[in-house]
Amino acid sequence: MEKKINISEILKKYTMVIVLVVLIIFFSVNTEGRMILPQNVNNLIAQNAYVFILATGMLFCILTGGNIDLSVGSVVCFVAAVGGKMMVDGKMNSYLTILVMLLVGIAIGAWQGFWIAYVRIPPFIVTLAGMLVFRGLSNVVLEGQTLAPMPESYLVLFNNYIPDVFGREGFNVTCFAIGVLVCLIYVVLTLKSHNDRVKKGYQVAPLGGTLIKVAVICVAVLLFMFRLSQYKGIPNSLVWVVVVIAIYSYISSKTTTGRYFYAVGGNEKATKLSGINTNKVYFLAYLNMGLLAAVAGMVTMARMNSATPTAGGNYEMDAIGSCFIGGASAYGGIGTVPGVIIGVMLMGVLNLGMSIMGIDQNIQKVVKGLVLLAAVIFDVVSKRKAFIVK
Amino acid sequence: MAKILLEMKNITKTFPGVKALDNVNLQVEEGEIHALVGENGAGKSTLMNVLSGIYPYGTYEGNIIYNGEICKFNNIKDSEEKGIVIIHQELALIPYMTIGENMYLGNERGKAFSINWNETYGEADKYLKIVGLEESSRTLIKDIGVGKQQLVEIAKALAKKARLLILDEPTASLNEDDSKALLDLLLKFKEQGMTSIIISHKLNEIAYVADKITVIRDGSTIETLDKTKDDISEKRIIKGMVGRELTDRFPKREKKNIGKLAMEVKNWNVYHPLFTERKVVDNVSIKVNKGEVVGIAGLMGAGRTELAMSIFGKSYGTRISGQIFIDGKEVKLNTVQDAIDNKLAYVTEDRKGNGLILSKSIKFNTSLANMSAVSKNRVIDADKEYLVAEEYRDKLKTKCPTVEQNVGNLSGGNQQKVLLAKWMFAQPDILILDEPTRGIDVGAKYEIYCIINDLVAAGKSVIMISSELPEILGVADRIYVMNEGKIVGEIKGEEATQELIMSRIVKSSKGEQ
Repeated sequence: MEKKINISEILKKYTMVIVLVVLIIFFSVNTEGRMILPQNVNNLIAQNAYVFILATGMLFCILTGGNIDLSVGSVVCFVAAVGGKMMVDGKMNSYLTILVMLLVGIAIGAWQGFWIAYVRIPPFIVTLAGMLVFRGLSNVVLEGQTLAPMPESYLVLFNNYIPDVFGREGFNVTCFAIGVLVCLIYVVLTLKSHNDRVKKGYQVAPLGGTLIKVAVICVAVLLFMFRLSQYKGIPNSLVWVVVVIAIYSYISSKTTTGRYFYAVGGNEKATKLSGINTNKVYFLAYLNMGLLAAVAGMVTMARMNSATPTAGGNYEMDAIGSCFIGGASAYGGIGTVPGVIIGVMLMGVLNLGMSIMGIDQNIQKVVKGLVLLAAVIFDVVSKRKAFIVK
Repeated sequence: MAKILLEMKNITKTFPGVKALDNVNLQVEEGEIHALVGENGAGKSTLMNVLSGIYPYGTYEGNIIYNGEICKFNNIKDSEEKGIVIIHQELALIPYMTIGENMYLGNERGKAFSINWNETYGEADKYLKIVGLEESSRTLIKDIGVGKQQLVEIAKALAKKARLLILDEPTASLNEDDSKALLDLLLKFKEQGMTSIIISHKLNEIAYVADKITVIRDGSTIETLDKTKDDISEKRIIKGMVGRELTDRFPKREKKNIGKLAMEVKNWNVYHPLFTERKVVDNVSIKVNKGEVVGIAGLMGAGRTELAMSIFGKSYGTRISGQIFIDGKEVKLNTVQDAIDNKLAYVTEDRKGNGLILSKSIKFNTSLANMSAVSKNRVIDADKEYLVAEEYRDKLKTKCPTVEQNVGNLSGGNQQKVLLAKWMFAQPDILILDEPTRGIDVGAKYEIYCIINDLVAAGKSVIMISSELPEILGVADRIYVMNEGKIVGEIKGEEATQELIMSRIVKSSKGEQ
């Protein structure tokens, strides 16, 4: 049983993807192609690695009912401060430090999650407090100083590139080969699942549409990997980002735990009356946010090659903005990890493009603010008939 | 004959799929207390909402003639300007504001940019004295009891210069003394020329205050009884309220095979979650057998939903005490999960608020209460989930293009079926259905009754809570009558009549139980 393809529905579903493509073309033209130089494509990932990671965690908070975590920027800073203190001042082992940083993140998540989930203090308040507390603690730990540089054994984990086994000058064959491999696996898996479903007589999306979608994604991945190959290959930070995205994408779409986040955000009372522990869902959202803030802290510290008391400023806003641009509902219950990826890319492309064009920092902020507002207006209004609510 | 203050002529109001009011006529004379009686859902509140402008002019047919002129109210403000003030059953007071602030909310004294608080509190105190309240108007609403809050509502109405006061179930949450005081107040106002319309289920109170009684049934006016001319005994009024013919709106059950005891609840007590002194369920003991439909009849606010939800994993109330036995063994149901594990299901009366996730698909909703059946090690088997949703769609004849459809886009009847599907998929042995046919059309109701019959035929037990007496009589094998938190009667299905159930409720309201 195949359904007809509805153009307007597709446009609605993929608005942000289309906007992203248009933006990339716009900036490429307006920067005489500098926007898509290999190094800039590489920078897009390297600069935004922390946003991908934080936004993924933030999505789960937002899913529970539009709740946000304002403390992530400060937590990123605090976790980095602890790590910096251990490695730079304490000369401790990098792996031990990473473990401690993760534990600190989880502990912070548990602390905030407890108040939010079990005592039902509004997340806005708890995380606003956290924002102040952990920013202050970062300063205390660092004694107001910047700690640098990080040991080499730590930096290689985040800042290096996956080595090219073929060793060709100017083009990283391994990188491109991985891109091709990923596409092949994706195509095979999609076709297999399609055929399985047809065999079992389940309803399937039209094959034509699926193929177009697969083709578009593959072309995008190949172009992207081609650019990276022309630079230094796959940055390690991309690996971390992909791992995080893959894990959380799976959790949100395929597991019962992920399902409960959507249920709580959709209707908490109904979820509770369905025998689901809604307190636990809230707790997990913030616990996980702490964990991912720690991961983002590690990435940030490596990229800056230092731990400073001002790190992570406004990171929460980047993460929250990306989620909403990526289609998460401000009322909760709606939003996907792939959507968030698009949201982060869109913000990243805007930042990068405007910077290359040499647009004033302040104007950049204005543009980003308006884009965020426009995205949410679109999301809210497209779901009802009237523009103005009576 | 006194002047007619209000006449509602041939009022017809339709909601999508339902005719809530059908050619209703109501005449109220100046200076009388006019009572409006009828079963739940008969259309009393709808009629009053039409009168007060909540349903604006143009959304209904017919005319409202007030004080000799045809009224076209667009909102409550319009009707209040004419002196028609309605006091709703649910009190509309804001707990953390003072009495004075509440009384003049939206009607503030003084200028737009500077409220005159002296005038506000001075005037408020004057009206409070009239209704017999000694509290200062600077007291917070949360600090006074429900009875006094009701009086504040009346004072608020007076402050709006009310000529026609409409009270919707004013004594529903009051104790006997407070009720008496309130009714006496109404009589006092009457002497001063105030006209009132009172909606109430408590027939003894109506007999006490009302000059005329209009009976509404199924959206039509049946009759108007005059205290001076007609018999206004409770029996007579009840006859008017329930006097409809029972046709075959209920599917016959082939053969009844009622088995042994499935669940027993003993000495069950529940207190209100916020006002922890208020007892909502009072020493209730009920039983249900396998293959049996047990009905719980009663008026709104009788404590039926509270009873059901407190049994279902303590989802409602505090200080819950009592025992539950399932299949002869005592069980402790402290969470909803405990209840589900013990094969209990509760299908809520509030399908949009407590039952379904409207922004999600039929499939999503169907599997929610039993995710473990469609997943393995917490990983969802999407195909299996789809099949389950399809299976229940077929079984319950839910009308929808696909099970991927959002539940929010379905009609009430189909939403109810999705809710039933969700709980049937949880594989319960005992289902508590709370108002399973509320707000759905006759055809869908019939289908729901068929589903109930199928369930008991398969040996399940069903406890059905319903405010619609014909429904309870048509479906239940045994009926508990509940009123004010207590079980006030147990009637066998074949012996039960609407009059019998109503008289049990009325008797217990008067404290004769």
